[in-house]
Amino acid sequence: MSGVRVLVGTKKGAFVLTSDGTRKKWDIAGPHFAGWEIYHMKGSPVDPNRIYASQTSGWFGQLIQRSDDGGKTWEPMDNKFVYGGKTGTHQWYDGTPHPWEFKRVWHLEPSLHDPNTVYAGIEDAAIFRTTDGGRSWAELKGLREHGTGPAWQPGAGGMCLHTIILDPKNPDRIFIAISAAGAFRTDDGGKSWKPINKGLYSKYIPDPNAEVGHCVHHVAMHPGRPGVLFMQKHWDVMRSDNAGDQWTKISGNLPTDFGFVIDVHAHQPETIFVVPIKSDSEHFPIDGKLRVYRSKSGGNDWEELKKGLPEKDCYVNVLRDAMAVDQLDDCGVYFGTTGGQVYVSPDGGDSWSAIVRDLPGVLSVEVQTLP
Amino acid sequence: MIRVVLPAHLRNLARIDHEIELDVPGKVTQRTVLDALEARYPMLQGTIRDHVTLQRRPFLRFFACEEDWSHESLDAEFPEKVARGEEPLLIVGAIAGG
Repeated sequence: MSGVRVLVGTKKGAFVLTSDGTRKKWDIAGPHFAGWEIYHMKGSPVDPNRIYASQTSGWFGQLIQRSDDGGKTWEPMDNKFVYGGKTGTHQWYDGTPHPWEFKRVWHLEPSLHDPNTVYAGIEDAAIFRTTDGGRSWAELKGLREHGTGPAWQPGAGGMCLHTIILDPKNPDRIFIAISAAGAFRTDDGGKSWKPINKGLYSKYIPDPNAEVGHCVHHVAMHPGRPGVLFMQKHWDVMRSDNAGDQWTKISGNLPTDFGFVIDVHAHQPETIFVVPIKSDSEHFPIDGKLRVYRSKSGGNDWEELKKGLPEKDCYVNVLRDAMAVDQLDDCGVYFGTTGGQVYVSPDGGDSWSAIVRDLPGVLSVEVQTLP
Repeated sequence: MIRVVLPAHLRNLARIDHEIELDVPGKVTQRTVLDALEARYPMLQGTIRDHVTLQRRPFLRFFACEEDWSHESLDAEFPEKVARGEEPLLIVGAIAGG
């Protein structure tokens, strides 16, 4: 029977959760890198035993770790992220120019075809790539040097490039998202980029329809339909049917459309999941009830999923990279909370249970479906 | 032989559980000691000082002979007792973060 391996990055280390295809009994390994923040871990789609991890610390800076045995052992790789060319400035919180400064790696996206190629999304926002398994990194500086770069501004969590989506049908096309610059797309393998924010409306910025400046929290895509994107913006859940050229709002009947995560069912490209969060000033579920909402129609019509989730006194958050789906049938859905719980639904969202309840605050969740 | 004591997280990263002894040719300064340390343990590059500017990371401090050397020049010579290996150079993580 096939199984799953869930890669959990937390504020105090990495954990690897494994189960067979029933997803009922779990083994929990970790913490790896105890005491360090693990912003993200992700495995290579072509070599599942190859896993990359972003390990960071306010004291010791950034490390990149690599495992070649499915997360049992790790080796530190190159951690030198140096911006290419002229560094320049972006806007600081008060609107003054501020030089780009490397802070950490938020997201690692391994290539769909080559285990040695990985993209890294960093703060201050930029995208880097390794083609030698993490032994060296080089910036795809066309993004940062896009003409709007000097107008980018950090969100509350920093100016982070947190989402990288590789198009399975077009190797030259990559989508990225930055808080709080917005979404961008390249169609030439990362040489040039264009903002893809038309249709986004953010009433809290000077021009609500601006080309850049939108606080995009996360973007998701079904790999079988790469022209369709789903976005959880700061407020608003959005959809694009033309690779980001135009967005429409699909918040529909959600009780609040603030949130961080969004993901797509592995086998039903019109089925999407979000976790509504009360507001940008109260980062917890409404009325202390943790809920996932599912739309089977690509948005607008949402159903509340609550079986197995806390009914009261739950005041956690679910951060932007902390939801994932597996490829099994039924599709498994996973998310982690700032309270240290990792939940699984082995039946596409109908019912939920906690795999583990008391980890450090969860920063990211990824899942690998194993043969 | 120079003696260097690392904070626990960096000992784990370097996979050592003890004080380090380093040969440092010439003057014993922050720059030369860290050059020798990073040559022996490449995984420590970037964790104590910035790759490019070589500036000390803000939450790390250098102590030698009960004195704080954190704000000294990269090329200031450490005390003779450190150079002779009688006293260790202590690299200490600041107590910060609440």
